[in-house]
Amino acid sequence: MGDVVELKTDETADVPVAEEAGEPVAAACSFGDFEDFESVPVDRRVMVIGGGICGITAAIDLGNAGYQVVLVERLPSIGGRMLQLSETFPTLDCAQCTLTPRTVETGQHPNVTLKTCCEIEKLGGEPGDFKVLVRQKVTYVDWNKCTGCGTCVQKCPTKSVAMFERDAGLMPAIYTLSPQAVPNKPVIDADRCRYLTKGKCGVCAKVCPVGAIDYEQKESFFEVNVGAIIVATGFDVYDWKTKMPELGGGNIPDVIDGLTFERYLSASGPTAGAMVRRSDGTEPKEIVFIQCVGSRNPELHKSYCSRVCCMYTAKHARLYKHKVHDGQVYIFYIDIRSTGKGYEQFIQQSVSEEGMIYVRGRVAKLYEENNKVIVKGADTLTGRQIEIAADLVVVAAALVPNEGARELAEKLGLTCNKDGFFVEEDYKISPVDTGQRGIYIAGCCQGIKDIADTAAQGSAAASKVQVFLSAIRRQKQDAV
Amino acid sequence: MKYPYFPGCTLYTKAKKLDDAGRECSRRLGFELDELPDWTCCGATFPLVNDYHIAMSGPTRILADTKDQGGNKLVTLCSVCFNVLKRTNHVMRTDEERRAKITDFIERDYHGETEVMHYLQVLRDDIGFDQLKEKVVKPLEGLKVACYYGCLLLRPVKEIGLDVMENPTIFEDFVRALGAEPVEFPFKIECCGAFQTVHSMEVATRCSRDILNSAKNNGADVVITTCPLCQFNLDDRQPEIQKSDANFTTIPVVYFTQLLALALGISPADLGFERNLVDPLPVLQAKGAISD
Amino acid sequence: MKTVVSRDQVQGDFVKKVAEISGENFFNCYQCGNCSAGCPSVNEMDLLPSQVVRYLQLGLAEEVRNCKSMWVCAACMMCQARCPKGVDISKIMEALRVLQLREVDAKAHIDVTDFSEDYLERAPQIAMISGYRKFLPL
Repeated sequence: MGDVVELKTDETADVPVAEEAGEPVAAACSFGDFEDFESVPVDRRVMVIGGGICGITAAIDLGNAGYQVVLVERLPSIGGRMLQLSETFPTLDCAQCTLTPRTVETGQHPNVTLKTCCEIEKLGGEPGDFKVLVRQKVTYVDWNKCTGCGTCVQKCPTKSVAMFERDAGLMPAIYTLSPQAVPNKPVIDADRCRYLTKGKCGVCAKVCPVGAIDYEQKESFFEVNVGAIIVATGFDVYDWKTKMPELGGGNIPDVIDGLTFERYLSASGPTAGAMVRRSDGTEPKEIVFIQCVGSRNPELHKSYCSRVCCMYTAKHARLYKHKVHDGQVYIFYIDIRSTGKGYEQFIQQSVSEEGMIYVRGRVAKLYEENNKVIVKGADTLTGRQIEIAADLVVVAAALVPNEGARELAEKLGLTCNKDGFFVEEDYKISPVDTGQRGIYIAGCCQGIKDIADTAAQGSAAASKVQVFLSAIRRQKQDAV
Repeated sequence: MKYPYFPGCTLYTKAKKLDDAGRECSRRLGFELDELPDWTCCGATFPLVNDYHIAMSGPTRILADTKDQGGNKLVTLCSVCFNVLKRTNHVMRTDEERRAKITDFIERDYHGETEVMHYLQVLRDDIGFDQLKEKVVKPLEGLKVACYYGCLLLRPVKEIGLDVMENPTIFEDFVRALGAEPVEFPFKIECCGAFQTVHSMEVATRCSRDILNSAKNNGADVVITTCPLCQFNLDDRQPEIQKSDANFTTIPVVYFTQLLALALGISPADLGFERNLVDPLPVLQAKGAISD
Repeated sequence: MKTVVSRDQVQGDFVKKVAEISGENFFNCYQCGNCSAGCPSVNEMDLLPSQVVRYLQLGLAEEVRNCKSMWVCAACMMCQARCPKGVDISKIMEALRVLQLREVDAKAHIDVTDFSEDYLERAPQIAMISGYRKFLPL
């Protein structure tokens, strides 16, 4: 077990917190405050980094157990990747219907303080008494004033590609990440805002009834003193567009990745759930799914299995068939991995009920021809090279640790494996412990896993934190 | 600037135009191709089995000769020679046991010191495509060019390393420097059938058909290549393709140095286009690449 | 069609020899099929490239020895370039061809008299030389 990195806040010149060190400073733009948080001793305070389903689960568990939790999320609202999903396997429950009660609960929980648009800057202190310096990013909206009425979002004249919609839809330059966002406060995208880029416009400031728009807002820092930390920073999609030119390099509009397809399937997505092609808005009748895109490829891409693609591809195919009854599905696979509870049944049911073709083989190349995407593949079961003229191709791209995982690991004194996943103390018997006492990892940042396993690890980490802090308290008592 | 130059057998005869144009253009671009004396054939194939070292003795001798003449870069124009020399050199650099066996046999002291370069690399890395653009006297405006890479200029990636295998751009950048317009086509890195043309000719015919159709479907006026074998397959297979596909329309296939020569103002009469089966002159004239 | 698979075959001399002179470990292959999806010669093959490797994994020497695929491989190396496990099938194909030419079928598999004079006049030397190297006993 390594030692925790030493806190050097006081000597740090580039971070403007010298005077404030040791005292949490709620920046003007912060949502919520630290009064409740500080009402308990440090051995009852926990920081959770990452506001996806994993971090939310951990935060609610700890909050319910009477701990004070500060949940740090770098995006403007919590919910993470799960909020982008349409329906979830193997039950086909609506992801937002499952998740939204949890995000709302987190936002309203008396023991949970949300800190969104925030990132970890520095760690100091020691296990049981960490001092975490947090960077509060600029939102250009004073969230203490903002009522979340949404007028600014409606009136903003700028429309640009929506991050949340995975480039499948548009959003204004002042936005909340998703409908029913928690917290439901908007932020301004400085790169796209006309006022911030060209000095003209200012519509949001004019329409805001409470004067919350603040174009002059500056980045700020605050320090939080906690007993333990849970890291749950999640995953991203492998950059297949630049790394895999054989799939069209992102230049073929009707070749999209699975997470983007989720947005097309979602009733709250950019097409309100209508199944259409990005290129011409027509309904795709021949659809090809490709599994293991960038996964299981030690020579060129990622060596590991991304674990969830077999299941979500089957789900995608099934949801597609629910929308396009006469459509034909082809799924290129190498092996099918359906080891969760009810998963194998889900796959079998999908195949037999929907008549989808599982093609045992690979796709070597995709290219456009006559308004179709030509899929050049092989079916190793018949021993044929096959070609399919598809209307839409969905690639199950490898999942990778979220951007910045390595930097965060350095700040927290954690280690990453070669793929950038945080390394646990022991994969089998202590999967959420790390080499750092008092710091725990959970969810996809430790290794790709499905929602069920992710939530389980969130709870496991919350439980481990309680064990750890109990031990700290006992030590203190013994010392007295 | 002077580069040791290995023309190879084919460029001395059947692909003389690739060689002639390359040499003349180099003079106009301010570098000299200094032909290695007493060179031998490279062997035309890199041995793909581990117990056939003799095939590497020829290329190793060529590489050692280059070194002994004080040159550190050896330039080639032919993709086949480039591939064989580059891969042999890779063995010299990375496989001590095989290197020793081969150099002992040919009684030479060589450890992979020579850097094997393709002419395109000289243009890109040493001359620079911006410089090339400035030397162009007759920009090939409006000419749509399918840049056909084939196999040997790109693969195996770890040994050749000329460009990104799945989406190379060196050839397109070259074409842009000439003022012409490169067209993207999905078959630019596919195989033409290579030496199967003397064994299973149907492989070469079908591969060539797919490549040419892809180039035409994407609007190309002309296909360019660096390889005499690719040029041969793509050009000479066209009558055969027409026999099985009445709708097939022909498209000329020329060497990249021929296009370069036109852009540098060299007369088409000196470029040996008459050897092409599919005459490139009509389309080059129609597109204004040739004045008269 | 029943095929008996045994240790004697899987660990047999023929497959060992192919592995040795190709320098490739067939057991790196997990049979994804990417090589077969991108191979330009598949139309003329009787076994897909991935199937050739599969037969070698099972040690089915006769099937591999008699396959046509090794003879129509153009050594374009697309399979090698895209293999997720770094298996160089062009080397395996060449090893099979070489063993056949050395041990079983030591004759020229191309005949220059089959070609027209016009063809020979136009065909580049590299075509003929590589043809001889690939299809004549070494």
